[in-house]
Amino acid sequence: MFIKHSRLDRFILALNATFLTLAVLVVVLPLVYVVIASFMDPSVLLSHGLSFKISDWSLEGYKMILTNPAMIRGFGNAVFYSVAFALLTVLVSICAGYALSDDRLKGKGFFMTLFIITMFFGGGLVPTYLLVKNLGLLDTVWAVIIPGAVNVWNIILSRTFFKGVPNELREAANVDGASEMRIFLGIVLPLSKPIIFVLALYAFVGQWNSYFDAMIYLDNPNLHPLQLVLRSILIQNQVDPGMISDQLAMAEMKRLSEIIKYAAIVVSSLPLIIMYPFFQKYFEKGVMLGSLK
Amino acid sequence: MQNSIEANARSTVPKASGSLLNFMKKHYFLYLMLAPALILTLIFKYGPMYGAIIAFKDFSPIKGIMGSEWVGFYNFEKFLSSPNFEVIFMNTLKLSFFGLVLSFPVPILLALMLNQVRRSAIKKNIQLFLYAPNFISVVVVVGMLFIFLSPTGPINQIFTWATGEPMMFMSRPEYFRWIYILSDIWTSAGWASIIYVAALANVDPELHNAANLDGANLLQRIRHIDLPTIRPIMAIVFILAAGGIMSIGFEKAYLMQTATNLPTSEIIPTYVYKIGLQSGDYAYSAAVGLFNSLINVVLLITVNFIVKKLNEGDGLY
Repeated sequence: MFIKHSRLDRFILALNATFLTLAVLVVVLPLVYVVIASFMDPSVLLSHGLSFKISDWSLEGYKMILTNPAMIRGFGNAVFYSVAFALLTVLVSICAGYALSDDRLKGKGFFMTLFIITMFFGGGLVPTYLLVKNLGLLDTVWAVIIPGAVNVWNIILSRTFFKGVPNELREAANVDGASEMRIFLGIVLPLSKPIIFVLALYAFVGQWNSYFDAMIYLDNPNLHPLQLVLRSILIQNQVDPGMISDQLAMAEMKRLSEIIKYAAIVVSSLPLIIMYPFFQKYFEKGVMLGSLK
Repeated sequence: MQNSIEANARSTVPKASGSLLNFMKKHYFLYLMLAPALILTLIFKYGPMYGAIIAFKDFSPIKGIMGSEWVGFYNFEKFLSSPNFEVIFMNTLKLSFFGLVLSFPVPILLALMLNQVRRSAIKKNIQLFLYAPNFISVVVVVGMLFIFLSPTGPINQIFTWATGEPMMFMSRPEYFRWIYILSDIWTSAGWASIIYVAALANVDPELHNAANLDGANLLQRIRHIDLPTIRPIMAIVFILAAGGIMSIGFEKAYLMQTATNLPTSEIIPTYVYKIGLQSGDYAYSAAVGLFNSLINVVLLITVNFIVKKLNEGDGLY
């Protein structure tokens, strides 16, 4: 049985389709512009803007970006930070979530309160910075990876997930004489792939896209992640001296700085853009799990 | 081997009573699992809370937290009576208040519109596009703003063509909030529509069929079937956002700041960063941060009270 649409309805549906198309265009056009601009010949881009003639295209921007040591180092650092951060976050939250989902854990309410308070109240920027400094973590990779690894939200998500795992499974294994650790590693963990995946994805993307912790904790440019390198290129307009050799004049620098920005945006966003369509449903799952509180 | 199995089997039998220590011995594995999160939380979350007492001290890093002298509310008074206070406080409030009012309806509209797309393949593709900006980093988003809105950028090419001169978008304070909020909507409205889309997908199609038979047109059906379905979610999302109004993030505003737009772009978090980590006035900065946190907590408690009323006793925590 189908809904019969009146003329008014059909008009509204047409309007709806128009607005949705507009919304998609608003989202997509700036991105398409950046991608096309990144392949342009820098001089043509400066003088005429975008062009669709093949002869006006070049890979100069990508050559500059992909041979720039700061960019390469930043990319490598970002991969390392993101993977390490995701691993640590997943490990910590899965373990805590599992323990807190078990009714036999005494003091569960107390522990939950302890965690939840930190969602609403924190010491603030300066005391956190001083702590990291006093622990001797300043200018080490740990400053970026460890302090943010406990995330109450992730603990609650995994606790909710483990509560959904039938208790009979644990009990049956217990009667069979399996140790607690064997039950967790052998029975519960293999069932938890979806939650592990969702948490890891969010942690990876979050770390990949963040610059703040690295900015305040890391002075050493060799440790800087991609987003900090991007910040100096895109926002502070500081093209790394190594990127354009000293002999080249300021004019050359000016000519290339635009194209370098476009290429840098594309290169830095590439991993996530490639990942995203495949993992879209897992990202959505994260939102849905979160809304169940 | 046999012994350990028996021990395990016994451990599952609940005992009528036992000391906590005994209990923890039996279930040490659970506590072992909890330990990493607990230790990290105590160090990195509760540690700074203890450290926040420097807000009440004349803190010097050499003397340390304990060694520095108490000065009571001196740092707070210094902030509240400083000429910057009103501007920075109002900037923070305005940016998040206008942001909330303007951003809140967009995901709802998107979800209602998406819900009318009958072909699921088309709907999926539209969603794929609309969600994508959520995965673009804040550095890149602000970088794109600087490129697009620069005096020679693509937007200004249109402006120059139309009015003869470019608009100085990023350096004029009066545009800062608009650019901040509109680009925020661009980044996150699609993603924020997910929960509404999911709720709308659960509406029984029979309801729409029945209403259609009774002569209800599309707008009437949206108003009387779709909107009531998502109203509870709307309420919770709105109240949560209202509760977090003073907890606006540092990252984007800081990147968008230029020397000339500071009269509107300086907000409490960026101010805390500058006086604390750039100028090294730790105690004063900690006091400003603490002041902001306290407002947040008060707001959240108020908000939770309202949620409890609305949800008949089911609060957020």
